[in-house]
Amino acid sequence: MISPLPLPPPPPKTALIHAQSLTKTFTLHNQGNRQLNVLHHMSLTVNPGDCVALQGPSGSGKSTLMKSLYANYRVDGGTINIRHDGRWVNLAECESHELIDIRQRTIGYVSQFLRVIPRVPALQVAAEPLMELGIKKDEAEKKVRSLFTRLNLPERLWSLSPTTFSGGEKQRVNIARAFAVDRPILLLDEPTAALDQKNREAVIQLIEEKKATGCGLVGIFHDKDVKSRVCNQTLTFE
Amino acid sequence: MQPILTVENLTKTYGNIQACDRISLSLYPGQILGIIGESGSGKTTLLNAIAHRLPIDQGQILYHKQVNEQDSNTIDLSDLPEPDRRRLMRTEWGFVQQNPRDGLRMNVTAGANIGERLMDIGQRHYGNIRTEASRWLTQVEIPSDRIDNLPSTFSGGMQQRLQLARVLVTQPKLVLMDEPTGGLDVSVQARLLDLLRSLVRTFQLSVILVTHDIGVVRLLAHRLMVMQHGQVVEQGLTDQVLDDPHHPYTQQLVSATLIP
Repeated sequence: MISPLPLPPPPPKTALIHAQSLTKTFTLHNQGNRQLNVLHHMSLTVNPGDCVALQGPSGSGKSTLMKSLYANYRVDGGTINIRHDGRWVNLAECESHELIDIRQRTIGYVSQFLRVIPRVPALQVAAEPLMELGIKKDEAEKKVRSLFTRLNLPERLWSLSPTTFSGGEKQRVNIARAFAVDRPILLLDEPTAALDQKNREAVIQLIEEKKATGCGLVGIFHDKDVKSRVCNQTLTFE
Repeated sequence: MQPILTVENLTKTYGNIQACDRISLSLYPGQILGIIGESGSGKTTLLNAIAHRLPIDQGQILYHKQVNEQDSNTIDLSDLPEPDRRRLMRTEWGFVQQNPRDGLRMNVTAGANIGERLMDIGQRHYGNIRTEASRWLTQVEIPSDRIDNLPSTFSGGMQQRLQLARVLVTQPKLVLMDEPTGGLDVSVQARLLDLLRSLVRTFQLSVILVTHDIGVVRLLAHRLMVMQHGQVVEQGLTDQVLDDPHHPYTQQLVSATLIP
C-alpha cells in the first residue's frame, strides 16, 4: 500500500509572503554551460507591517531573491506564496497574464533603474501605475504631485522626461511611482542609494507610513542607518 | 479574464523549410505581445498567418469577439468567408506593414488614407471625417496642412506614421505590427511608443509586435516570445525573458544588445 505524501504545512493565515525552499541556478550557455548556484533552499515569511532587510556581501544572492519575489527571475524549485485578492497564489506557477495582474495590484517594486519611454513627462511616468488601475488622470496626478513635493523633487522637473534627470532625481521618480499605489507588498532595491540625507529622511518617513497601513516590505539597504531604523527583521546571506 | 486571440499549433512550411512549427499562443485584452528573433526565424510568417494573409498548413486561429462585458463569440478564422475576413481586417483588426507602401494607398491623399477606414466603419459626414483625419495626423506628428498631399511625397518615416494613423483611426481591438518603428527617428519613435501605450491602456487594445529592437520591446511589450528556426524557444513576461534568459539563443541575443 502506498501512503499519501505528507501535505506541506499550510501558509500562516496572516502572512503576506510565504516563500519556501527557493532554489535558483543560472546556466551560462556562453561560458561553456557554467552553473551558478545562487539560492539554496531559501525561505522567508513576511507579515503585515514587517520590513525585512536582506543583507550579505555582493554576489550572495540578495537581489536574486528579491527579483524572484517579483517573478522577474524564475526560480527552479520551491514555492512563493503571495496573498493576492484574499487567497494564496504561488508565483512560481502563475501564467504571464496573472503575474501582470498581481504586479498591478499586489506587489510593488522599486528598482535601482528607471526605464521609461523618452519624452514622457515625469508626472505621467509616476502616475501610470495608478491609471492602469482605472484611476482618473486628475486624481492620479494629484497623488503623485504630493509625493514629488514630499520627496523634494523640484517642480520645474515634473513636466520633463526623467531620461535627462540625475541619479537621485530618477530614483525619487521611481519611488513616487511605486509608493503612489496602495499595494500590500513592496520590494525595495536600495531605495536610498542615490539620495542625500534630507531625501533619505523623506523615504524613511514614507516607509514608516506604509508599515503603519499593514504593508509588508522586503528591502536591500546598504545604508546601515536607514536599515536599522526601518527594518524589524533581517535575513542574512553568506 | 478571457483571451482575445488563441492560436493553436500553427504550422506553415515552405517546401522543406519549417517557417512556423506548431506555434501556440494566447493574447489577452490590453496586452502587447512582442516577438523577437533573427531574420528568417519565422516572425513575419507567423504574423501573416495569424491575419490569414497566407494559407496555413495546420492549426487553428480563434478570435474571441467581445460582445459585451461577459460574453464573447469565438470566430475561427479558417471558417470565415473571405468578405467577412476582409471586413474584420478593416474594422476590428489592424495590420501595420513593415514597408508602409504596402499598407497605404499611394495614389490617394493622406487624408483619404485615413478617411477611407472611417468610411469602412460607416461614417459618412465629410466634415467629421476630415476633422478626425487631421486630428490623427497631429497625433502622429505629421503637420495637418499636409492632409491633401499624396503619401508618395512623404518621407519614409512620415509614411510609416501615416500608416499607423490609418490603422489606429478606427480603434481596432487587435493590431498586428511588423517592425512598426523601423524607419523612424528616435524622437518620433518615442512619441509613437507613448501613443501606443496610452491606446492600449485606454481602449484595451491588444497588439502583437514583431521587431528586432530589444529596446522597443523592453518599453512596450508586456510579454515576449523568442523565435528561432520557426519555433518558440522561450517565452514569458518581457522582463523575465530579458533579465533571466534561459535558452542559449536568448542569452546570446541579450548579451549582444547594446542597451538591453
